[in-house]
Amino acid sequence: MEKLETVEIVKEKTEKREIRSFGEFWRFFLSELKPKGNPWTPFNLFSGLIMLLGFIFIIYRFVTGLSPTTNLGQEYPWGIWKGAVVNSGVAFAGGGYTLAFIVYILGMERYRPMLRETVLFAFLAYVFYAGALTIELGRWHLFYNPFIGNKYGVSSVLFIVAWHFMLYMVTLALEFSPAAAEWVGFKRARKVLGAAALGAVVFGVMLSIHHQAGLGAMFTMCKGKLHPLWYSEFMPVLYFISSIYAGPSVMIIVSSITQKLYAHRVDEEYRNAHPGIVLGLAKMCAATIFAYLFLQLILVHHEHDLYLITTPMGFWWLVEVGALAFVPMLLFIHGVQQKNLATINLAAVLALAGVLLNRLNNVFIAYNWYLPLSLKYYPTWQEVIILLTIIFIDVWVFRWIINRMHVLSKPPEWARMEKH
Amino acid sequence: MNRRTFLKVMGSAVAGATCGSLIRPAASGAQGVFDANEFFGILIDTTRCIGCRLCEKACAEVNYLPNPDISEKANQAVFKTKRDTSVIEYTVTNLYETEKGKVFVPWRCMHCNQPACHSACIVYALEKRETGHVTWDKRCIGCRLCMMSCPFQIPKHTFQEPAAVIQKCNLCYGRFLQGIVPGCVEACPTEALMFGTRRKLLEEGKRRIAQNPGRYINHIYGEFEIGGTSTMYLSAVPFDQIGLRTDLGLKHYPEYSMVYLSAIPFIAGLTPIAMLGIAHVIRMAKKDAKEEHHDHHEEKEKH
Repeated sequence: MEKLETVEIVKEKTEKREIRSFGEFWRFFLSELKPKGNPWTPFNLFSGLIMLLGFIFIIYRFVTGLSPTTNLGQEYPWGIWKGAVVNSGVAFAGGGYTLAFIVYILGMERYRPMLRETVLFAFLAYVFYAGALTIELGRWHLFYNPFIGNKYGVSSVLFIVAWHFMLYMVTLALEFSPAAAEWVGFKRARKVLGAAALGAVVFGVMLSIHHQAGLGAMFTMCKGKLHPLWYSEFMPVLYFISSIYAGPSVMIIVSSITQKLYAHRVDEEYRNAHPGIVLGLAKMCAATIFAYLFLQLILVHHEHDLYLITTPMGFWWLVEVGALAFVPMLLFIHGVQQKNLATINLAAVLALAGVLLNRLNNVFIAYNWYLPLSLKYYPTWQEVIILLTIIFIDVWVFRWIINRMHVLSKPPEWARMEKH
Repeated sequence: MNRRTFLKVMGSAVAGATCGSLIRPAASGAQGVFDANEFFGILIDTTRCIGCRLCEKACAEVNYLPNPDISEKANQAVFKTKRDTSVIEYTVTNLYETEKGKVFVPWRCMHCNQPACHSACIVYALEKRETGHVTWDKRCIGCRLCMMSCPFQIPKHTFQEPAAVIQKCNLCYGRFLQGIVPGCVEACPTEALMFGTRRKLLEEGKRRIAQNPGRYINHIYGEFEIGGTSTMYLSAVPFDQIGLRTDLGLKHYPEYSMVYLSAIPFIAGLTPIAMLGIAHVIRMAKKDAKEEHHDHHEEKEKH
């Protein structure tokens, strides 16, 4: 019996050819660059056009400064890029640490089929969304200063966030690297990288708590400028909790889409496990939104802001917290009870809209809320194009990877055998 | 211990405690404030300001900014609107209609004792010098968190430049190092602006309040506001009538982000241990359950 197994392993090992030189890798990479299937789909044409336009605007912005392409100004130094791409995008990538925590720390193996997809999504989100920070830096040519130590601003929340972004990107890359190693066929590397997983997850969760909360902590010094209903000294906690449900909500939607569009890449195990995983995540989202709402209510009560509810900003706050947090919670509960995946998907979309609106409120809508309408910030269409460009690059790269690596399916036989 | 040593020790302890609460080097990065150095600042007496805008002209000259038109005719138009400082005006004078008539108020960086901008800066490009000046350095990366954080909206960013800069009053730090008072103070014909150490300015402000009963309200804006500022105001009318924010509180701003910052070491230290512990316990529990299951099975087979 034992002999037979070893023979099988040897057979598996010889099936995937190992790449030994850089030239070989390069040829392999080039051959993989070619699109699979017809590239002239309507979506590709549309997104390609937007991206082309976006690249031109990005270059134009780098050459001419921020003001020709954006509406940023002295009253609203941060706009839709910070609000939608960085603050929301990072919360949406929160699945990277929640799911890793569930699988690796809590040992809930039934969630494992979704793990690689989530880690990949989170990794790309960090690379492109946090990378988009560079576009909106006023002195982007010096972006490396906080990293090389041209003075470390250790009391700056953004300093903490920037370093954690960088470290977490490396950690996520490490978490995903086994898949890349399998794709290329680096067998020995695959073994080493697979063994580092638990350490990477523990480190990653710790980093995530820090920087998810840190994004909220950036606003703690906006006292007097951010509307009292949004401002609180506990904003870091609110940001952290909302990322716990934003991450899985994104993954509910993304995985539902990939299950349909990339059915040929999904293996039997994941396909069967998917409804159960979504139900489990929906339960978790409902519980977390409840905690979030509870904290919001306590904060509003303790800071005596309840009288502001009847003002226009109060109604706007109710839209965010009521319609886009409380309602999704009810929908999540309903969907779990009825085992209805469509309801859960709808709930996830609403919950994400709530998180997005919350971040936009903090960055510019409820920020300097007392200013007259004429001074208010709204994004220019160029800003929106650049925003879409970043998202489309993310989608394209995501698509390219799941079409080539073992993301939606189990690792190949040889990799699984070696693990034990 | 004789009386003298006792007094010495107690005195230095009290001084240390009060100075420590005034400025913590860790929080602001300012070093050497415990030496003989004191923060310098400007006391602005709004009852003396006549709205001539000579300070604006001097400021522009000193900082190589576009020269403002301060003729009588131009001033009439200028005072119709409330102006904010900008990338080409580090100080502006505004006119406010108050219960005691027209009041001119010069406005510029407050040079907080513990500035929010400095504490928010990712590379400490905005620095609180040990002399009290808040200055900007070109190592800045342009993240603009200082603009988000400053309660007075003072840092201004040149959005139209590819390599943008932050523009703000630096209390004429360069002139200070040469031993000259700031341009605006030098130009002021009515001594509405006064330069000196913060301690001396507070003494002078209190003296004026005490010696001119009814002329001033009994408060110096900036003595305690957000932990104290180096630009301070005297006024005949409540400060909210002359455009100064009175809702900012007495706590210095870096303290608001300290709540988060001080939690970081605890999270960094405790969560990995807790997580590894949880993972271990769960793995053990699973193993036990498996073994039990196995035993149970074996027993069944025996029967």
